[in-house]
Amino acid sequence: MDVRVSGVRKEFDRFPALHDVSLDINSGELIALLGPSGSGKTTLLRLIAGLETPTEGKVFFGDEDASLKSVQERNVGFVFQHYALFRHMTVIDNVGFGLKVRPGSSRPSKDEIRRRSSELLDFVQLSGLEKRYPAQLSGGQRQRVALARAMAIEPRVLLLDEPFGALDAKVRKELRRWLREIHDKTKHTTVFVTHDQDEALELADRVVVMSQGRIEQIGTPDEVYDRPNSPFVYSFIGESSSIGVQIKNGELRLDGQALSISSDRPDGEALLYFRPHDVDLIEDSNGGIAGTVVASRRVGATRRIELRIAGVTDHVEIEIPADHPATETSRIAFRPKHWRVFPKS
Amino acid sequence: MALEPVQVIDPTATARHATTERRTARFLLTGIALVFLALFLVLPLVSVFVEAFRKGPAEYFAAFSEPDAQAAIRLTLLVASIAVPLNVVFGVVAAWAIAKFEFKGKAFLTTLIDLPFSVSPVISGLVYVLLFSSQSALGPWLKSHGIEILFAVPGIVLATMFVTFPFVARELIPLMQEQGTTDEEAALSLGANGWQTFWHVTLPNIKWGLLYGVLLCNARAMGEFGAVSVVSGHIRGLTNTMPLHVEILYNEYNFVAAFAVASLLALLALVTLVLKTLLELRYGAELRAVGGH
Amino acid sequence: MTLGFTLAYLALIVLIPLTGLVLRSASLGFPGFWHVATDPRTVNALRISFGTSLIAAVINVIFGVIVAWVLVRYRFPGRRIVDAIVDLPFALPTAVAGIALTALYSRNGWIGRWLDLIGIKVAFTPIGITIALIFIGLPFVVRTVQPVMEEIRKEVEEAAATLGANRFQTITRVLLPGLQPAILTGFALAFARAVGEYGSVIFIAGNLPYVSEIAPLLIVIRLEEFDYAGATAIATIMLLISFFMLFVINLIQAWSRRRYGYGA
Repeated sequence: MDVRVSGVRKEFDRFPALHDVSLDINSGELIALLGPSGSGKTTLLRLIAGLETPTEGKVFFGDEDASLKSVQERNVGFVFQHYALFRHMTVIDNVGFGLKVRPGSSRPSKDEIRRRSSELLDFVQLSGLEKRYPAQLSGGQRQRVALARAMAIEPRVLLLDEPFGALDAKVRKELRRWLREIHDKTKHTTVFVTHDQDEALELADRVVVMSQGRIEQIGTPDEVYDRPNSPFVYSFIGESSSIGVQIKNGELRLDGQALSISSDRPDGEALLYFRPHDVDLIEDSNGGIAGTVVASRRVGATRRIELRIAGVTDHVEIEIPADHPATETSRIAFRPKHWRVFPKS
Repeated sequence: MALEPVQVIDPTATARHATTERRTARFLLTGIALVFLALFLVLPLVSVFVEAFRKGPAEYFAAFSEPDAQAAIRLTLLVASIAVPLNVVFGVVAAWAIAKFEFKGKAFLTTLIDLPFSVSPVISGLVYVLLFSSQSALGPWLKSHGIEILFAVPGIVLATMFVTFPFVARELIPLMQEQGTTDEEAALSLGANGWQTFWHVTLPNIKWGLLYGVLLCNARAMGEFGAVSVVSGHIRGLTNTMPLHVEILYNEYNFVAAFAVASLLALLALVTLVLKTLLELRYGAELRAVGGH
Repeated sequence: MTLGFTLAYLALIVLIPLTGLVLRSASLGFPGFWHVATDPRTVNALRISFGTSLIAAVINVIFGVIVAWVLVRYRFPGRRIVDAIVDLPFALPTAVAGIALTALYSRNGWIGRWLDLIGIKVAFTPIGITIALIFIGLPFVVRTVQPVMEEIRKEVEEAAATLGANRFQTITRVLLPGLQPAILTGFALAFARAVGEYGSVIFIAGNLPYVSEIAPLLIVIRLEEFDYAGATAIATIMLLISFFMLFVINLIQAWSRRRYGYGA
């Protein structure tokens, strides 16, 4: 099922949570809504589900205007961060709930509900736990029950709100891989919310990066990582460094020195963004960025150093090989391999 | 003139239905709740004052100039002023022992403290009758030494203590358990002795909970009827508390006077409720461990 | 030292007197006890006490849950005052409640007058007893259910909605069953309190033997007749039933905690 969010704005008591958000989700896609808290990602997810109503704009499921439908009618599978299992029901009753509350005409028989619930529990690898109560399960198991329960209603779209947020790191990683497998098997159109970039990059077909109620960028994990289209995306996903520069005649200059980096932006102040690990060290300071090492520390396989650069107020971080001889007060020059120039805001 | 069907669209309707009822259901339920409370709780309270003033303020105040009424008020105050402080001391000590120490049978002790709540007030009175009556083992000895307990003030105090016994301890136990022992340990490590620790550390931590417990304990002590009725012997001017005096006046068809004395007790209840609500509003966080009962 | 004081005080005020009751009852011997227990007047008094208490507790469960729901979920002017009023039966002396209810429900009372028109007599009948027991039992239900209701996560209701449940199904299949342990506890507390209640009942009850005479009143009557044995036997039966109720409450809570991971 294609899902289309069109020009949606959402205010809570006059406080804007989303400004004019549009998003096309293709059938069978696994989409991550990625952003810091307060970026509006959960609000967007809840709007798609029908748990919130947009102040303006529409949500389409296929060609059908879902905005006119209540949450019950939308037939979405929603998985909550804290599972929201019904604690007085056994695992199998939780999974079968959505089928049991269907109106008589479309409700499967009791045996059929039981059979399908068992099948789903088998699918999420929880066979044998049918008679347990949620309180008797681990966090990871509860999340699987929640997913099975959401899938039981044969949803048109599967929505997951921080699905791994309440789990510890090890279980998170396991479930992440497992969710990808499930998705590859079922091909449900799936949208999940996360603030964890690793999770988004590893799992999603496309990542929607959000900030302050707006979509900053939509793209494949490679696109958003390699070609961030805003300072926010640059700094939110992966490591980034930035240097204030001047543009003159389409050329970047730092403290009066040309950097042999060209830009089609108009003359004026600008910010040069690059990844700290994505630089070439150069011998000659000509055409590169040169600075004095003020701090150096070992980070995993590389060494990260802070440089004081003439004409730049903040120190700039880059990564160099661990066996590089530079020590504090040495001078080092480098040139970013990939970069982007943004106007100074 | 043709009437156009008007479709009213509540923009928030679709999403709201997920977690609340339709407007009509909300109004209906609120209405049921308010009517029920008005009918069963508020109306009786109001009727106390209406009945008391039925024959005007002069009759109302005349009820209090009766020597028997004044004796009843004095006795009620006396009983409360003995029973409440004793139960406060007990409540604090018991809560301290249960919350701050580990020992065998703690759960059983907690159940025992709750016991008077689950015993009929009449039975609470009865146990003292059986203990101190002339037919009991103690009876003859008490009589020969001229000690009067039953049908006298000591019996009333004992019965009142029995029924109000759990209030303070019950408020304080969860509160003190939640606060743990770290504050006390810090004070002791700084050189305070046990008494200083209690006075400067423990007591300030529990003061609002304590006040809450005292409030409820006092309301019950002044209002207790069943237990006191059994042990008092209903001797006018001597062993009649206010609630018992209300009964006597009522049974004598002296309704205005009965309701006049009752209105004093109702005022006490109102003051208790107001103070209790204020405490909950102002110091809710510090009473948080306090459960309902 | 503190523990010693606690135990001594407890023994003096509670344990010794209660033991006296049990010993006294035991001294009756089983035949004596059985004689009192099967006396028709005793049986009727117990039946009336437990019957009216049961009806009152059921009514309190229905309305108590509604009151708690309204207080927890809806915002309306005066909500805090209404919330405070729920505790009135805890604070109002029972005798005051008793005479007030009698005045209201007697034939020329504010409510009794209207009920009389349609031929319903409340005062001096078991209906009157039930009304008094509703009064004193209500806060037990509300105050037991309310905190558990406050803890219901909004997510649970949203989950039910996304699964297609309408509001009625969400309430009847998800919310109320989740509250079941608290409702049962509240019911048991209200019932236990009602069975022992004396002050608020005796004025409105009419106290006709075999018809509207409650067990606590029969104890008082036996005491006034200096029939201590009879009083003791009835008291013992009531105590046994009360302890059984307490035991049941504890079972409900333990069962609920074990199964669902939450108490009531």
